[in-house]
Amino acid sequence: MKEIYLDNNATTKVDEAVFEEMRPYFCEMYGNPSSMHFFGGQVQRKVDEARGRVAALLGASPDEIVFTACGTESDNAAIRSALEVFPDRRHVITSRVEHPAVLTQCRNLIQKGYRVSEIGVDGEGRLDMEELKAIVDEDTAIVSLMWANNETGVIFPVEEAAAIAKAKGALFHSDAVQAVGKIPINMANSRIDMLSLSGHKLHAPKGIGVLYLRRGTPFRPFMVGGHQEKSRRAGTENAAAIIALGKACELAGLNMELENTQVMALRDRLQNELMARIPNARINGGGAERLPNTTSIAYEYVEGEAILLLLSELGVCASSGSACTSGSLEPSHVLRAMGVPFTCAHGSIRFSLSRYTTAEEIDTVIRELPPIIERLRRMSPFGREFLKGQG
Amino acid sequence: MWDYTPIVKDHFLNPRNVGDIADADAVGEVGSLACGDALKLYLKLDEQKERIVEAKFQTFGCASAIASSSALTEMLKGKTLDEALAISNQDIADFLGGLPEEKMHCSVMGQEALEVAIAKYRGHELPASAHDHEHAPAYPDQEGVVVCKCFGITDVFLKKVIETNRLTTAEQVTHFTKAGGGCGGCIPRIKELIAEVMGKQPEEPRKRPEKLSNMKKMQMIQEVLEKDIRPLLWADGGDLELIDIDGPKVQVAFRKACAGCASSGYTSRVVEQKLRDLVAEDIVVEEVAG
Ligand SMILES: Cc1ncc(COP(=O)(O)O)c(C=O)c1O
Ligand code: FES
Repeated sequence: MKEIYLDNNATTKVDEAVFEEMRPYFCEMYGNPSSMHFFGGQVQRKVDEARGRVAALLGASPDEIVFTACGTESDNAAIRSALEVFPDRRHVITSRVEHPAVLTQCRNLIQKGYRVSEIGVDGEGRLDMEELKAIVDEDTAIVSLMWANNETGVIFPVEEAAAIAKAKGALFHSDAVQAVGKIPINMANSRIDMLSLSGHKLHAPKGIGVLYLRRGTPFRPFMVGGHQEKSRRAGTENAAAIIALGKACELAGLNMELENTQVMALRDRLQNELMARIPNARINGGGAERLPNTTSIAYEYVEGEAILLLLSELGVCASSGSACTSGSLEPSHVLRAMGVPFTCAHGSIRFSLSRYTTAEEIDTVIRELPPIIERLRRMSPFGREFLKGQG
Repeated sequence: MWDYTPIVKDHFLNPRNVGDIADADAVGEVGSLACGDALKLYLKLDEQKERIVEAKFQTFGCASAIASSSALTEMLKGKTLDEALAISNQDIADFLGGLPEEKMHCSVMGQEALEVAIAKYRGHELPASAHDHEHAPAYPDQEGVVVCKCFGITDVFLKKVIETNRLTTAEQVTHFTKAGGGCGGCIPRIKELIAEVMGKQPEEPRKRPEKLSNMKKMQMIQEVLEKDIRPLLWADGGDLELIDIDGPKVQVAFRKACAGCASSGYTSRVVEQKLRDLVAEDIVVEEVAG
């Protein structure tokens, strides 16, 4: 069975060209970039090239790029650093819909005596900017808000939020793990101090991340030891993965338009056709500005895990904000924060596309999903009542 | 991805007995849309009203909820009502070749719907049900108080599941009933219920040791207080603190619900008896202000 992979917000295929770029750096050019000899030096030059490529995608300068082990590390490093830089500021602000990489850390800070504020979102997943304005104060060390949400694709106005934070002297960090490579980002005209990205979301391997650190931003390293990354992140560089990420960023830049035309058109078609064919469904965040590749739709009277497993039987890979898939018992914190009605909170399915997604794959889903929903609704006591009401 | 057995997968992909029975003798309905799973079970009896000849279900829920319902309807066919009532949630899980522990609540839901159906048929009072909120069928006479507000689960139901499945941790209780899996606010109460139920479990009679060094005796007194007595008090919102041990004299202070309570005189006698049974015959418990 050939898979139809529509779960690109979870992780992506490593682009073949990216893999070719990194391949020689395992068995042949395996030198340590820090070594004095030519054998390490040639790797150092490739790492520098990669740094330049990442910087180019972000509109940053190469010395603002710090390589880390993943998006989660970048998020952790940014928030910890801000607290060390401002020991007297005891307030941390984030949102209710952040990825656990940010949210868990912030919630842990409460035990350490910090005040932690989580900004809410409206029914479409849009950030409550008034709440943010009201809550940022001189005691705020850092405001950390995601660029785009992994479950719904909803984009936050991070530049505006950064301006609000900076007006009170707080640092501003954005988890841009889902945004980088999908929408244009330009740090050159930005007020954002720190930004996280993760390689495996843009066709580079898993286990490589970046913390963008604006020049002049005070920083205290999370990992200390050697002087790698200008002492901002100790530990021998994961050279092959860094080189891969450089190539992936170059390709992301070249494909940016494609993401926002072809991929977006496929996403729109998928979403419109499903909405037309399946009654009593709603697009999570459909009224908000969203990433071009993501659509999350909630179906009434059915449960997400059952949908996912029936899709999986047909080779279709998607994900769900439903409880049962994650081992937790409640719908995802994102859907709950949005106040998705209880009739459909358990039945959300997210499709996330990539530049590899084909029209045929989308057609398959458009054909296969409606009967799956119908079948589960016929099995569900609530769904049957609803179908009966429909005649 | 869940590691479902081939039998679970089969019953999920090809569920048996989906639907309803127009002239069913018994119908049991549990769960709700808000909870994330629900089951409506229909039973049809033979002419003598003795044996189940047909069972059908409708389920809203994940793969294992559907598989558990399907399995249950298969297990019920040909059984008398009493035989049916003897089916435990573990039997349903076993029929399926096992369920991941996180999914045991699916089998509990099946067993629960069965009890409701039979109780309603017999005109009995409804059994203690897990679910108690507006979207579930109303059980006005339901016993117990709601412990878990997120999932509307009562103490009577929790105690039953803890007891029949011999659960020992709050996490297990969440896996079996969902209680505690939302905001987590009810977890302390769930722990109390476990202590209450486990405190009641018939234990193999422990024998008092023949001879004890002073050191050993003090250790044992502390152990009995921690393991046998305090959990019992927690269940009623009380607590006790060991203040001092002086020869046979054990001084304790009662806290919270127990402190100043008219029956605490009685409570210290209970503590004394327990210590006499398990540690040394000559122990005297004295209540002091903490
Ligand atoms: C928004 C967001 N932040 C952070 C992460 C974590 O990234 P990583 O898996 O590289 O640690 C992810 C991906 O899982 C994500 O979607
Ligand atoms: S009250 Fe039980 S989980 Fe919230």
